[in-house]
Amino acid sequence: MFDTGDVSHPLPQSLLAEAEPFDDLLPEEAFPGDSSPGKVGSRPVLWAVPSLAEAARRVRTTTLAVDRALPVLEALDGLLPDGLRRGVTVEVSGTGARSVALALMARATGTGSWAVVVGDGDLGLAAAAEVGVALERLVVVDAPGREQWAPVVATFVGAVDLVLVSPRHRPSIGDVRRLAARCRERGSVLVNLSSESSGSPGVGRLVGDWPGRLDLRFSIDEAVWDGPHGGQGRLRSRRVEVSVTGRGLPTEGRRDTLLLPGPSGVPAHP
Amino acid sequence: MGGSAVISAAGRTLVVGCPDWPLVALGVASDESALVLGAGRVVAATGPARAVGVALGQRRREAQFLCPEVRVLARDEDQEARRFEAVVSALGTVTPWVEARRPGRCSFGVRGPVRLFGGESALVRHTAEVVDAAVARIGAGVPVGTATGPGCQIGVADGAFAADLAARSGGAAPEHSVIVPRGGSPAFLGPLPVGVLLPVGSSVGSADGSTDLVDVLIRLGLTTLGAFAALPVADVLARFGTDGLDAHRLASGIDDRPVGHRPAPPDLAVSMAFDPPVDRIDRVAFAARSAAEALHERLSARGMACTRVVVEAETEHGQRVSRRWRDEGVLGSVAVADRVRWQLEGWLHGPPAVRPTSGITRLVLAPDEIVPASGRQLGFWGGVSAADERAGRACARVVGLMGPGSVRIPEWRGGRDPDDRVVLTPFVEPLGEGGSVNCPGRGGKPEVEPWPGALPGPSPAAVHLEPVVIDVVDAAGAPVGVDGRSRLSAPPDRLIVPQPPAGSRPVVAPGARVVAWAGPWPVDERWWDPLRRRRRVRLQVVTADGTAFLVVLTDGRWTVAATYD
Repeated sequence: MFDTGDVSHPLPQSLLAEAEPFDDLLPEEAFPGDSSPGKVGSRPVLWAVPSLAEAARRVRTTTLAVDRALPVLEALDGLLPDGLRRGVTVEVSGTGARSVALALMARATGTGSWAVVVGDGDLGLAAAAEVGVALERLVVVDAPGREQWAPVVATFVGAVDLVLVSPRHRPSIGDVRRLAARCRERGSVLVNLSSESSGSPGVGRLVGDWPGRLDLRFSIDEAVWDGPHGGQGRLRSRRVEVSVTGRGLPTEGRRDTLLLPGPSGVPAHP
Repeated sequence: MGGSAVISAAGRTLVVGCPDWPLVALGVASDESALVLGAGRVVAATGPARAVGVALGQRRREAQFLCPEVRVLARDEDQEARRFEAVVSALGTVTPWVEARRPGRCSFGVRGPVRLFGGESALVRHTAEVVDAAVARIGAGVPVGTATGPGCQIGVADGAFAADLAARSGGAAPEHSVIVPRGGSPAFLGPLPVGVLLPVGSSVGSADGSTDLVDVLIRLGLTTLGAFAALPVADVLARFGTDGLDAHRLASGIDDRPVGHRPAPPDLAVSMAFDPPVDRIDRVAFAARSAAEALHERLSARGMACTRVVVEAETEHGQRVSRRWRDEGVLGSVAVADRVRWQLEGWLHGPPAVRPTSGITRLVLAPDEIVPASGRQLGFWGGVSAADERAGRACARVVGLMGPGSVRIPEWRGGRDPDDRVVLTPFVEPLGEGGSVNCPGRGGKPEVEPWPGALPGPSPAAVHLEPVVIDVVDAAGAPVGVDGRSRLSAPPDRLIVPQPPAGSRPVVAPGARVVAWAGPWPVDERWWDPLRRRRRVRLQVVTADGTAFLVVLTDGRWTVAATYD
């Protein structure tokens, strides 16, 4: 409709609540060579255009309640019955942290949300695909330097729904606070992958010290693998006890037993 | 629209193209076998390399497979821009209205110079001499215009699109340059394939706005520009929109500028002042990016986009450089920022005669020609959504912050080991305005392809980029080995980890005891090739704290390749 520029469709007045002062309106003499036949009345063609962004803003639909939370896998329904609320900062720690983080991202990426992983070069992408993360909406970013960490993460927090970070250096309190505020404002979810207990992987990862408020904290307490015995078989599934604490949850948090990964790769209930 | 003599609205244009400019800029002789890689793909290749089948857009592995002894060089865009700036300024003696497109390609209208030099062929000859002299002066050491070197290609036609194709279809200037007579564009463009409508560097299959059009045309059976141009204009507009209309005008040889182009009003220019003067490229590049974004925002607030921009820079001592830049289609903010950087690189680091004597104090970006921005159609399904665009823009911004190759997107490839199955390719901002990380369906579901010897699922959630070397010992403390029949010498009992570097956490807890294990699974790849043979044995172990690892034995050494995190 607005493409050729030769025919202009003036926006109906009902769309614009108040008249816009077109102080940057250009006189017709500015375009001597313009031979467009379709000028409406005597108004130059550019009239409709400055209101375009404004009209787009007004006709955008209001946010539905369902959009205030990202969908999660069925297996995680016991832990997050209302889905993953937008704008939260989440920490996932302990053995199996990455699997939990991938499980949180799985269904959301399947329904059109984008996810970005910043600074975790060891993330297994085949595992991500098996858990259900849509690889076409996943972006992997190299670990930024100390000064660039906050700007890079802030760039993504505004633009995508899920940001998974694994900082090597402890971020400053101010940066973390600003990121949390930006998350809340834009509706993104920031997931911090940390390693607390010894014996869990993550050479050089920040030791569980996010200098800011965490809205949700996931941790895996017990993990038992099923499958290999005496050289036979293979790793099939892992029975884990996941607990989540944080805002909007009962004080003792919620616990659930899951198969992460399940026998088919997707997390499941035992 | 199939008339033989069409009065084209575009003026006569001459396009100068230096093929394989990345190679020329790096000083590679054209008789050796070499190629230049950019963003993981081949962007230029010498004659001997092409003769074996290396083509543009191939990945590095494919090219090396076709030609194992080819010399692989990394692309140096700044060097290319610097050296090409010398060529463009040399062409300034022919005409002041040279438009640079990108390193390796520039153009100018011939109306003025033709009168000066008396005829188009004479102009072509003179231009070829000037360009050859400039390239030789760079000191690239490349034999230009000889039997082995391609030299520069020159084409003259109505409009830059036809002239560009004329240059590409001709041979080394000036004897083999193609001059398309006035009004002869439809006849010249008719037999060319529709693939030439694609921007340089992309190909059918990489999902992009313009490649969709070409894809559909090919499937409809319209494989030549002539067939496409024969369609009625109204139908093309109805079916394909403005992009299709622009392409149709290109194919008919009418005009190579998008519909609705007009000169820009002067208040759209963006200027930046630097105090103290700047002479460091990285700071100027940063300023260039912010100026380009400001310009882009100013234009898109009016629903416009620019197709030609004039970049001017001035130093403290009053020296100036000013250049027009244009490219196929619309110049997005990234494209403009790149061009500003190229121009300033070429100026600040150019030959001493041209180099300014002090830092830059003022930078002005003025759009010269603007068109109404058609914008991207936000599709409900299958198309580019607002979330895709936002993600694409954020990726482009971070690429600007951290450098190319720092942002990558995964692609399913398939393989035997967890680190092989998904490959990461660098994110590349597509040309033109807007940008989305393409394409839907690229990641794809894992295909069920037979990979004999593949590790069974589930895949580990952590695949270590740098496998940790460990010792696997049995109950007696002896290292566990594998015999010729892939049997373990003894069941593994403990994993012994060497001292980790200070300040980092160990991947495996020291003294981890093995409570369960499965394997060994041997794999012997390329046993016929002694140089590239890969033999390894994989073992899954579960330690006492419930963590599972994938340990691999190669050449007598055990490493932790992955952790089932």
